[in-house]
Amino acid sequence: MSVARYDAVVVGGGHNGLVCAAYLARAGRSVLVLEANPHVGGAAVTREFAPGFRVSAGAHLLHLMPKRLIAELNLSRHGLSMAATHMPTYALASGVGTVRIEAAARSASDGLTAADAQALPEFFGRMHTLAAALWPLLEGIPPRLGAGEWRDRLTMARLGIKLRLLGRRRLRELLRIAGMCVHDLLEEHFHSPLLKGALAFDAVLGTNYGPRSPGTVFTLLYRMAAEGAAGQGLAQPAGGLGALSEALESAASAAGAEIRTATPVQRILVDGERACGVRLESGEQVEAKCVISGADPRTTYLKLLGAEQLDAGFVRRITHLRTHGMTAKFHAALERMPTFLGIDGIPRGRVVLAPSPDAIERAFNHAKYGEFSASPVLEVVVPTSCDAALAPAGKHVLSAIVQYAPYQLREGWDSGRARFTDLILETLERHAPGLRAAVSATELLTPADIEAQFRISGGHWHHAELALDQFFTMRPVIGAAQYRAPVPGLYLCGAGTHPGGGVLGMGGRNAAQQVLREAR
Amino acid sequence: MSDTPPSGAGRTSRSSAREPHDVIVVGAGHNGLITACYLARAGLRVLVLERNPYIGGAAVSRELYNGFTYSNCSYVCSLLRTEIIRDLNLPAHGLQIIPYEGGCTLMRDGGYFALYDNHDALRREIARHSRKDAEAYDRFVRDMLRHCMFIKPLLLRAPPEPTTLTPHGIRELISFGRHFYRLGEERMAETMRFWTMSCADLLDEYFESEIIKAHLAGSSIIGTALGPRSPGTAYVLLHHYMGSIDGTVGAWGFARGGMGAITQALSAELRALGGQIRSEAPVQRILTRHGRAVGVQLASGEELRARTVVSNLDVRRTFLESMAPGDLPDEFLTQVRNFKIRGSSGKLNIALDGLPSFPAIPPGAPCIRGDMHVTDTIEMLERAYDDWKEGRWSRQPYVDMLIPTQIDPTMAPPGKHYMSVFVQYCPYQLAEGPWTEERRARFGSTVIDAIAQHSPNFKDLILHAEIRTPWELEKEVGLTEGNIFQGELTFDQLLFNRPIPGYAQYRSPIHGLYMCGSSTHPGGGVMGAPGFNAANAILGDLRR
Amino acid sequence: MLTEREPYYRQPLLRTPFHARMREFSQVDCFIPWSGYSTVDVFTTMEQEYFAIRNAASLYDLTPMVKYRIAGPDATRYLDRLMTRHIAKLPVGRVAYGIWCDDSGKLIDDGTVFRFGESEYRLCTAEHQLDWLLDSRIGFDVRIEEVTAEVAALALQGPCSCWVLRTLGLNGIETLAPFESRAFTLGAMTLLVSRTGFTGDLGYELWVEPQHAESLWDRLMEAGRTRTIRPIGSRALNIARLEAGFLQPNVDFVSSGRTLRNGTARSPLELALGWLVDFRKGHFTGRRALLQESQAQPLRRLAGLDVAGNKPAQNALLYADRHGRREIGSVTSAAWSPTCKRNIALAMLAAPYFETGREVWAEIYLNRELVWERRMVRARVVERPFFAPQRRRRTPAADF
Repeated sequence: MSVARYDAVVVGGGHNGLVCAAYLARAGRSVLVLEANPHVGGAAVTREFAPGFRVSAGAHLLHLMPKRLIAELNLSRHGLSMAATHMPTYALASGVGTVRIEAAARSASDGLTAADAQALPEFFGRMHTLAAALWPLLEGIPPRLGAGEWRDRLTMARLGIKLRLLGRRRLRELLRIAGMCVHDLLEEHFHSPLLKGALAFDAVLGTNYGPRSPGTVFTLLYRMAAEGAAGQGLAQPAGGLGALSEALESAASAAGAEIRTATPVQRILVDGERACGVRLESGEQVEAKCVISGADPRTTYLKLLGAEQLDAGFVRRITHLRTHGMTAKFHAALERMPTFLGIDGIPRGRVVLAPSPDAIERAFNHAKYGEFSASPVLEVVVPTSCDAALAPAGKHVLSAIVQYAPYQLREGWDSGRARFTDLILETLERHAPGLRAAVSATELLTPADIEAQFRISGGHWHHAELALDQFFTMRPVIGAAQYRAPVPGLYLCGAGTHPGGGVLGMGGRNAAQQVLREAR
Repeated sequence: MSDTPPSGAGRTSRSSAREPHDVIVVGAGHNGLITACYLARAGLRVLVLERNPYIGGAAVSRELYNGFTYSNCSYVCSLLRTEIIRDLNLPAHGLQIIPYEGGCTLMRDGGYFALYDNHDALRREIARHSRKDAEAYDRFVRDMLRHCMFIKPLLLRAPPEPTTLTPHGIRELISFGRHFYRLGEERMAETMRFWTMSCADLLDEYFESEIIKAHLAGSSIIGTALGPRSPGTAYVLLHHYMGSIDGTVGAWGFARGGMGAITQALSAELRALGGQIRSEAPVQRILTRHGRAVGVQLASGEELRARTVVSNLDVRRTFLESMAPGDLPDEFLTQVRNFKIRGSSGKLNIALDGLPSFPAIPPGAPCIRGDMHVTDTIEMLERAYDDWKEGRWSRQPYVDMLIPTQIDPTMAPPGKHYMSVFVQYCPYQLAEGPWTEERRARFGSTVIDAIAQHSPNFKDLILHAEIRTPWELEKEVGLTEGNIFQGELTFDQLLFNRPIPGYAQYRSPIHGLYMCGSSTHPGGGVMGAPGFNAANAILGDLRR
Repeated sequence: MLTEREPYYRQPLLRTPFHARMREFSQVDCFIPWSGYSTVDVFTTMEQEYFAIRNAASLYDLTPMVKYRIAGPDATRYLDRLMTRHIAKLPVGRVAYGIWCDDSGKLIDDGTVFRFGESEYRLCTAEHQLDWLLDSRIGFDVRIEEVTAEVAALALQGPCSCWVLRTLGLNGIETLAPFESRAFTLGAMTLLVSRTGFTGDLGYELWVEPQHAESLWDRLMEAGRTRTIRPIGSRALNIARLEAGFLQPNVDFVSSGRTLRNGTARSPLELALGWLVDFRKGHFTGRRALLQESQAQPLRRLAGLDVAGNKPAQNALLYADRHGRREIGSVTSAAWSPTCKRNIALAMLAAPYFETGREVWAEIYLNRELVWERRMVRARVVERPFFAPQRRRRTPAADF
C-alpha cells in the first residue's frame, strides 16, 4: 500500500475535474487527478467510432464555457483553437422551408415573415439582457440560505442589486417569464412554427421537458446567459471536444497537477471526521487533505462514499435527485457530404430538425411513457464541414443530438436500439435525401450507453436534471449546494453541482475556489 | 383574526357626492359580493351589477330539472376563508358547510382505493396497496401542512411588489422576506423546491404505489391546463389542500343547499348592510374620464356613475372586452392578452333516480359519500392531458364525482340523487371544429361511459344530465374560455405576477378601477380572499 | 398486497390476541387506541392497578408495540447508522434501549433493540417507523419487515413477577439479568422472556406467537393468583413510567417526523438522553448536528421536578420567579406519586434552570367545584428516577 499525500485528489478527469485541478495547481496545491478511462475528458472526448472517423462523443459544440475561464487557464496556449465560431443555426422542416438564425443571434436572414423578422432581434435583445443579469447567479458559489455568513449575504445582496439594476420593467418581465414554459413565451412573440420550434428546441435540449413544461424559459435563459459569457456563439474546437480536454489536461499538468488515467477509484476514504483520500480499484490508497469528485452526485455519495457516512435524510434526498437522461447521441460515417434541403452548399452551422413546438411536445409525449419519440427532434452538425481532419479525405462524419430517448426504455434498448437508429436515419433522410445511402457506419449512444461509457449514473448530460427545483441552492441537494459534501474535506465539482453541465466548467472553477477558501 | 377594515372609512369624504353610489361592483360572483359586503360595512354605498337573472357567478345552486338542485359550476367548498364567513355573518344567513367523508378511486382492474377520515382505517387501507406508503402518507401530510402554514398568512393580504421603492412597499417586501426567512435554511429550500416542482415528482418522493399517487394527483390538475408531470403542479395540489373546515386542514365539504348557498348568504348580508344588487344588468363598458373610472354603461345604454368601480370579471374580460381600447396603455393590454386563461375542464350535472351501485366498493363504506375518481395511474392522467394539448377531450378523462345528496337532504327529492361530475380535460376549442350539440353529447357520453364502467346501473338511473364544456361556462358565467380559476395557477401567474406584474395589488392603470376576481392573488376555488383583499386595497386608497 | 376486504371503516382499530381476555376483566369498558390497536386504559380503577405494579404483579398487553424484524448481512452496520448507541457492542441475547434522530439531530423515536443473532434483530417502538427505517436502508443489505401482528406480547411487572414466572415453570428465570433475553419452552409454546419494562421495577416482557396468547394469559393469571396478579391499563402504567423517569413519545417530546413548526423538535441532548449518544462509534444519522450541539452551550433540557403541594402540575408553565414574569419552560408530564408520596413532574426548562437543585415556580390551575384558582407553586429540580428500587437490578431476582 503506497502512501502519497496530496493537497487534493480529484476523482474523475472530465472537464470540470480538470478545470478544478488546474485552478488548484495554479494556486500552488499538489493535485492528483484520477480518471477511470484510458483518456481524460469524460464526456468531452473525440473518439473514433468507425475506422478513420472521429467525432465528439458527448457534446459536439463548445458554446457555454466562459471566455474568462478559457483566458484564465490560457487554453489557447495549451492548444485549444476553434475550427469555427459563431456558427449559424438552420431550422429545417421538410415541405415548409428553412429559417436561418444568424450566429450573433441578432437576426434571421431569411425564411421569416416581416413581423417575425422584426420581432426576432427584439426578442434576442431582451432575452440576452435578462440572461446577462442572471449570469452572476450562475457564475458564483450559491449562498447558503439563512446560514448567516457575511459572504452569503453579500452574494444575495449583489444578486439583488444586479437584478434591480435591470430596471423595473425588465425585472418584472424576468420574474414573470423565469417560471414560464417556452411554448407560451414564444407564442407571445412569434408566428412561424419553424422559428418557434428552433428556439423551443434550445430550451428543452438535454432536459426531461417539452416546450409546454413550465420552467423551460429558465433553461433557455440559462443557455443564453452562459453563451453570453462565452462570447463566441456556437463554436467547434479544432479536433473536436477532445481537444478541449487535452488543452485542459495540458493546462493542469503545466501548473503542476499530476494526472493518472485508467485508474478507477473504488472508494472515498473517511478518517473519523474528514475525507482523507481514496482507495483505487487496484487496492492502492492515495491520501489527500481533501477529495474533490467530478463524478455525479449519486455516484459520488452512494457508490464512492457510501450511505454509511451520510445521514439518512440526506441519502433520501440524493435518491430523489432526478438523474435519468432523455437525450441520445447519434454518429454516422458518411461517404460524402450530405445535402440538406433548404441549405445551399455545405452546412457549416448547426441544423435543427424541430418543425414546431408542438412537434417537440409530441416527441416528448412518448418519452413520458418510456418510449422513444416516434418523430424525434434533432440537432445535427457535420463537424467535417469545418474540420476535415476528423474523417478520411473526402469523407464526412455527422453528429446529432437526438430527443427524446428515455434512459429506461420500456421495451429495453436491446431491441429499441435498431428501431431508433432507423427512425433517426429516416428523419435525416427526409431532410437530406440521399444521406442514408452515404452512411457507412453508425453509432447510437442512448442514456444507458452514456451511463456505462462515461460513468454518469442515469446517463443525464447535466448529471442531474436542470430544472428550477434542482438549481442554485438546491443543486444537487439542499444543504450541499456549495460544492461541499456533508463530510468535511469532500467536495463535488461535476455537472451535478451548480450551475450544471453543458461543458461550462464553472462547477470545477467554483469548487476550486471553495477548496481554496476553506484551506485558508 | 382577520384584518377587518374599520367601519366608517370613506363615508365622510363623499357625503356630498352627487352620485347615488360610491362603488359599483361589476359581477355578482362570490368575490364581487364579498368586496361589496366589506365596502358596505365600511359605510360606502355599493351597487352590484349582474348580467344573469340570478346571482352567484360560478357559486350557484340551480334547479334545472324538476325538484333537483344542481351546484352546476363549483361544487365543493374548503377554501372559503373562515375569517370571511365570520366577518360577514354567513352562518346567520343560512350558510352551513358540511365536511364529506373521504373519497375513493375506482381501479380499472376492479379494485379500489379509499381515503377514510379515520387515521387507523386509512393506514390499513393504504397498507393494502403498500405498507411503506401507509406510513409515508403521514410524512406527506406533515409536509403539506408545513406548506399550508407557510402560505396561509399570505392569502388574506396583497402580494408584495418586488420592484417597489415606496416605504410601504419595501415594508411589505421585508415582511414577506421575514416570513420566508423564519422557515430556516432547510424549509426555505424545501419551499422553493415545492413551488417549482411537478406533482408527479413530488409524489414520487413519498409513495411507491401507483394508485395512491393517482388518487392524490387529481387535485394537482383540476382546472389546470397542465399534466401531473408539468413543473408547478405541486403548487396546484397545495392550492386544493390549503383550505380547512372547522380547523381540519385539507378537508372539503358541501354547502348545504348547493354552492349557491354561499352567494345567497353573501347577498343577504350585503342587503342587510344597505348594499344593492341589480341582476339582468349586463355591463357594456366601464367608463373612464382622464384616466379615472367614472362609472359603467349597461347594455341597455343606461349609465351609472360611481367614483370607484370594481370588476369581479377576469382580467381579459375586464380590460379587453369591457373597456374602450384607448383607455389603457398598450403595454398593459399586451400583458392582459398574454395572461393565460385556458379552458380545460368540463362538468356534468346528473339527476339520478336512485343511488348508483359501485360493486368494487365494500357495501356500507363511507367513501362513496366523498369524491370518487376513475383514474388509477399518473400515466392515465398525463395521457388525458396529452389529449387536451391536441385539442380533444380526454378519451379517458379524470373525473371528480360526488353525490352530495347522500349528505345534504335538500338537493333532490327523497330517494333520488344529484351527482356532480367534474371532468378534466376538456378543451375550449376543439381541433375538429367548433363545439356543437352533437360534439357536446359525445363528450357527455365519454364521461358517462367512464363512470358506467364502474357502475353497472348508472346509465339506467340517469333522469337528466346537464353537460357543460368550457364553452358553456364562458357563455353562461362569463369566465373566459371557461377557466374555473380566472387564469392558470402557474408560477408566472401567482403572487406578485397575478394577474399582471406591477398590478398585483388589485389596482389597475385606471384610477378608481379595481379588480377583485379570481384573476388576482391568491386565485380561484371559492376562496373569497381576492374579494377581501380588494376591499382592503380600496378602503386603504379611500382613506388616504 | 393484502387482499382481504376488511370493513376498516366499521372497525378501524385492530384487536390484539388478548382482547377477549381483557374484555372479561374490564369493568369500566375504557379502551383507547394505540398504534392501530384497541387497548385498555383502565380495567377497574387506576389506583388498584398502579399498586399491582409496585406491590405484587401486573399484566399489561404490549402487543400494539410496533415490532420490526431487521436482518441481513448489514443489519448491525445498519442499526449503528440508524441509532445513536453502539449496537455492534450489544451481545447476542441482550436488549438495548436506544433512540434515533433525523439529520438535524432531533429525536425521531425511541425503542428497544433485541439482538437475536449475529445479524438478526428486533426493534420495538411505540409508533410506526417503517417509512424512516426503509429510507435509512438505502445502501445497506438488510431486510426490514413489520412483525407486530406475528408476536403477541405481555409485560409482567412488579416485585412478585419473578416468582410468578418461576411458579409458571420457567426454571432459572431468576438468573436472567436486566436487559437480557432468553427463550423458554412451556408445553407447546416457545416463550421469549426479556428482563425489560417501562415501570422501573422488577419486571419482564414476554413474547409469544399469537395462537398461544390466551393460554399464556390464563397460565400467568393462574400462576399469579396467590400473589394477586392483575391486568393493568395504560393509565396506571403512565404513573409508574413517570416515577421511573421514562419519556413518553408525543407527551414528553414530539417526534421530529411529526413536527410542523420550527423549533419544536428536540434533540437527545435536550431530552437528557445524551448518555445514549456514542460519538466515537462512527457515523450515524444526526451525528454531525449532535456533535456541534454538544460543543455549544445547551439552551434547554428536560429535568425532573419535585413540586410542592399535591396537585399534579399537568401542562403548567414554569417561571423563574413567583410573580410569573420570566417564563422558563413548561411541564410535559406530571402526577402524584403514590409510592414516593411526592408530587413529581418532567419539565422542559431553559438554561440554566434545568440544573439540579434549582428552584422554579409552576403555574397550576385548580378546579374547586368548577371554581378555578390559579396557584404559583414552588418546585425544585431533582435527579431522576424518582423511584428506583434495588430489586429492579438485583440478579438473581427473588420474590420481593
